[in-house]
Amino acid sequence: MSNRNRDIILPEEEARRELRDRTRRDFLIGGVAAVVGVGSYEWIMKAPQDNGAPWPQRSVLNLNGKISEKYLSDSHLMPSYSAGQISPLKANGDIGLGSDFDTNTWRLQVVNGDQAPSIRLRLSDISSLPKVNMITRFCCIEGWSSIVSWGGVRFSDFTKRYFPPGQTLPHYVAMVTPDENYYVGLDMKSALHPQTLLAYERNGKPLEYAHGAPLRLVMPVKYGIKNIKRIGLIRYTNTRPDDYWAEEGYDWFAGL
Amino acid sequence: MQKLKLKHLVAIRWFHWINFPLLFLMIWSGILIYWAYPIYHLGPITFFPKWFYSTLHIDHRLADGMAMHFFFMWLFVINGIAYVTYTLVSGEWLLLVPRSWSAFRDAWHVLLHDLHLRSDMPAQDKYNAAQQISYTAIIIMGVGSVLTGLAIYKPAQLAWLAAVFGGYPNARAIHFLLTAGYVLFFIVHLIQVALAGWNNFRSMIIGYEAIKIPETQSKAKTLEWVDEHE
Repeated sequence: MSNRNRDIILPEEEARRELRDRTRRDFLIGGVAAVVGVGSYEWIMKAPQDNGAPWPQRSVLNLNGKISEKYLSDSHLMPSYSAGQISPLKANGDIGLGSDFDTNTWRLQVVNGDQAPSIRLRLSDISSLPKVNMITRFCCIEGWSSIVSWGGVRFSDFTKRYFPPGQTLPHYVAMVTPDENYYVGLDMKSALHPQTLLAYERNGKPLEYAHGAPLRLVMPVKYGIKNIKRIGLIRYTNTRPDDYWAEEGYDWFAGL
Repeated sequence: MQKLKLKHLVAIRWFHWINFPLLFLMIWSGILIYWAYPIYHLGPITFFPKWFYSTLHIDHRLADGMAMHFFFMWLFVINGIAYVTYTLVSGEWLLLVPRSWSAFRDAWHVLLHDLHLRSDMPAQDKYNAAQQISYTAIIIMGVGSVLTGLAIYKPAQLAWLAAVFGGYPNARAIHFLLTAGYVLFFIVHLIQVALAGWNNFRSMIIGYEAIKIPETQSKAKTLEWVDEHE
C-alpha cells in the first residue's frame, strides 16, 4: 500500500470500461468465494459422523476440550454461595435410575484397569472419609443452573484411599450406573479437582432417588450430564471411556 | 471526466463478507442452543414463539448447535481480531472511530436527515457520525459477545469473568441481548444499503464508487493508476 488516495480519474468512456471490468472481475471473485464458502460449510456438515457430530466439528470439540484441560487448574474453583442463595434443583435425567433397585444390597464396585480384582464398597466405607459440604452452582447443558448444597467426599480423597497404592494413576475415570444404562467418562484432572465430590447428601439430607441416591457424582467444573447419579461402578482406565451424551453429539469433555 | 472513488479497501471488503456468514452461523447455532432453555421475553412477547422453532426446525438440536457454535467461534473471533488489527495498523480506525463527543450530536443530525426531517448533513470525513458510532459500537458489542460467551462457556475457569457480568445467568442474558442488537443492526444496515443504491452496494464488492466530475473541475490530466492489490 503505497498511496492512501487511490481514486482513479478517467475520461467518461474509459471510466465506464474500467468500472465494467472491475465489476465483472470482483463479482466473479465474490461468486467463487461464495461457492467455496457454501461448499466448505456443506462439506463440514455432511462429513462422516463421529459420535453424532460431523467429524470436523467433533475434532474441534475435542481440541477445545484439550485446551480447557490444559488450562484447568485446582486454583480455578467454582464460586461458593451462602445457604440463603440455595435454589430448587430440577431432577432432570432419569436414565439409569430404573425402579428395580435396592439401596440395601447396593455396593460400589471399584476397578483399576481391566485385570486388577475389583473391590466392593458400602456407603459407610465412603462416608467414613473426610466429609465436605459445599454450596455451588450446578449448570445444566440446557442452559439453566441452580445453587445446590451438597455433602460428600472428595473424589481425590476417595482415590487416595481406594486406588491401589504404588501404582500410577491412569488418565481417565469411568463411572456407570448399576444397570449400565448411563455412563460417563472423565479426564483425571477434572476428577481430582477439589470440588469433585462423591455426594450422598443434598441440603443436609440423604440424597433422594431422583437425585441419585445412594451415591452420585457432583462436579461443578462439568455440565450436569457428567454428574452421574446412582453410581454402581468406578473404573480407572487409560482408554478414554464411553460417555452417554458424547455419543449423542455432545462434547466429551463438557467442562466449565 | 469521471472519478472512480476508492471507498472500501480490499482487506476490509474481505473481512466484511467473511464476517457476514460467520455471524449468521453464530446466531443460528446460538438459537439452536437457546431453544433448550428459552426464558427471555419482552412483556408478553416471548423469545421465541413455538411456530418460530417449528417452522425453522430449530427444536431438539442442542447438540448440533453447540458443535456448530464451538466450531465457528474460532473463525468468527479470528476474523474479528484480524479486522480490528487491520484497521489499527492501516490507520483506517481514525476514520471509523468518533473522535469527539460532538459525534453524538452529529449522529442525531444524520438521523433527522435520513428520516427526511432535515435537509442538510453535518460535515464529515469518509463516514458520517452515525456510521462512526454504529461501526464502533458493533466492535464493542463483538468484544462483549466474546467475553460474555467465554463467561458462560467456562464459568468455573473464568469465574471472575462471569462475576464481571453479574454472574452466570446474567452473562447469558447479556450474550442474548447483544445478539438481538446484531439483528437490529442488520435490519437497519439492510435498509440503509437498499436506500443508498446500487453504486454504493457495488462499492462494497469492487471497492470503487463511480462519481461524475463536472468538466470545469477536472484537472486530472494524468491518470493516477494504482492497483489496489499491490
